[in-house]
Amino acid sequence: MQRFLILNISKTLLSARLRQSVIAAVGVTFGITMFITLVSFMTGLNKLLDGLILNRTPHIRLYNEIKASENQPVDLSDEFKNSKNFLRSVKPKERPLEIYNSQAIMRRLKEDNRVLGIAPKVMAQVFFNVGAIDLNGIINGIDVLAENQMFFFGDYVIKGELRDLETVNNSIILGKGAADKMLVDIGDVIQVTTARGERLPLKVVGVFQLGIADIDNVQSYASIQTTQKLLGESNAYITDIHIKLKDLSLAPAMANEFEKLFRVDAIDLQTANAQFETGTNIRNIITYAVSVALLIVAGFGIYNILNMMIYEKMDSIAILKATGFSGQDVKRIFISISLIIGITGGILGLVFGYILSSIISHIPFNTAALPAVETYPVNFNPVYYLIGIVFAIITTYIAGFFPARKASQVDPVEIIRGK
Amino acid sequence: MDKLILETKNINKYFHDPVTNQVLNDISFSMKQRDFVSVVGKSGCGKSTLLYILSTMDTDYEGELILDGVSMKGKSDKELSKVRNEKIGFVFQFHYLLPEFSVLQNVMMPGLKLARFETKEIEHDAMEHLKSLGISHLASKRASQISGGEKQRVAIARALINRPLIIMGDEPTGNLDRKNSDIVFDIFHQLAAETGQSLLIVTHDHEFADRTDRIVEMDDGRIVKQ
Repeated sequence: MQRFLILNISKTLLSARLRQSVIAAVGVTFGITMFITLVSFMTGLNKLLDGLILNRTPHIRLYNEIKASENQPVDLSDEFKNSKNFLRSVKPKERPLEIYNSQAIMRRLKEDNRVLGIAPKVMAQVFFNVGAIDLNGIINGIDVLAENQMFFFGDYVIKGELRDLETVNNSIILGKGAADKMLVDIGDVIQVTTARGERLPLKVVGVFQLGIADIDNVQSYASIQTTQKLLGESNAYITDIHIKLKDLSLAPAMANEFEKLFRVDAIDLQTANAQFETGTNIRNIITYAVSVALLIVAGFGIYNILNMMIYEKMDSIAILKATGFSGQDVKRIFISISLIIGITGGILGLVFGYILSSIISHIPFNTAALPAVETYPVNFNPVYYLIGIVFAIITTYIAGFFPARKASQVDPVEIIRGK
Repeated sequence: MDKLILETKNINKYFHDPVTNQVLNDISFSMKQRDFVSVVGKSGCGKSTLLYILSTMDTDYEGELILDGVSMKGKSDKELSKVRNEKIGFVFQFHYLLPEFSVLQNVMMPGLKLARFETKEIEHDAMEHLKSLGISHLASKRASQISGGEKQRVAIARALINRPLIIMGDEPTGNLDRKNSDIVFDIFHQLAAETGQSLLIVTHDHEFADRTDRIVEMDDGRIVKQ
């Protein structure tokens, strides 16, 4: 009842100064519109860029790395046992790239409920024979189904079908750069030589493009079986296990755990791609900084208008106080005015922000680097709309608080006597 | 025996700006129910200052103010507002209506704040008051669109809406012509007789004062005759 009365008074005071109130609300609307648009667009872009890396990168990768022996002879001498030794003589030993006991490891991983899925891989260094020269290349032998489910590889195949890798014997999907260089298209057969000198003809069933030239020029994909055959290895031969987790943030800890448990090398996404989070964070900071600046400007607008209104309404404030409204009631009236401006402006800002980001999401965005993207990426996450409105309310509350406090301290005697 | 509505004990008040200056000196007086009292005196004798203290709006004084048997000393802003709302009706020299609201809304405002009755009843009461003051046809007009005499009557209706114990007026007829000020006096007189409400009117108008039950004369911050 009391609240309703105070709201009613606020509403009447507001409509008496409609034009100024509308201008104040437009300030908030503009701020929130820009906030929503900026955040949606920026995070959309972030997601796209992160996706480039995240989609195609395992959260944890298990493999055997070629590295120098950890036990150098000098370490064995009693004299230098506790020193920091720089003498090294034992070169990297030939250590098979194969992961020992890979079947058991995969079984164990599938049972782990922190793991979303795994994709085994066989990596093979090869040469593509083109006319008189050999092109360097890497063939990734993949489990087609797992690779597509986990790492959305199908999205990046721009020509042909990913499924054909499994159904067509001795087939390969080439990177766009490599395919262009070799002048091959779907249905052509290319000659591949392994590092050990074995040679095999492979049929091209597709072309993929990740948008990262280094990968598109060098990498290619075949089924695990084809790659194993190419290398002359058994069908238990696996060089990499790619793991996708349910919770990405667990990756560093789990990589450590797996390293010890399976006695293989494990690297997590955070360590492998430390730079991409930095980029995301900086873009977010810029977005929020710009939006906060806009809202502060809008806040000053509200502050000014309320201050003016209070000077104009001194008489009314004095009457209200003389007839039984307390200082607190008067304060509530002016804070309500501010909040009405803020909420109305904020909601309109959300609507306009949505409209503007919808428009942006329909603008064509064709880039050779990103074949899967046709329009500008926009993230319509409702969380940002919530942040936007909360932001609007907080800013206008603060902007309204000081003028309202001043109004509550108006001494009615001074006003009435002053006439 | 009518009961005591308002009582002051040794009220002193000082203004400190620019130099300390005593404006009220040892004011002690009392009012009973049904009293119709006017306060007269020269400009600057402190009569308005006294009224603001009695109305609880001014709290910066020494001495004691007792309204309806309760001391106003040390009460919070909120409690004092409630007292003003419930027990005191105000009529000022200048009309002091809320210009954004209609006449009816202006009259209803203190009633809505008190919320002793439903909105419908308050509206009905307000209309009754407007009718008895002969201005019911103005109810839906905006307060800024009516004449001075009408505004003063609206202000009186507003002062009456919560059926206060005491109605205070600061030169309520000071700004009105003879005809209108007679109307206002008649209204006050009728109120005192019919509803038992007390009236305390500060005025310059000796003709007006002469017709009240009791005249308090002030000079230089003291009551010189009552």
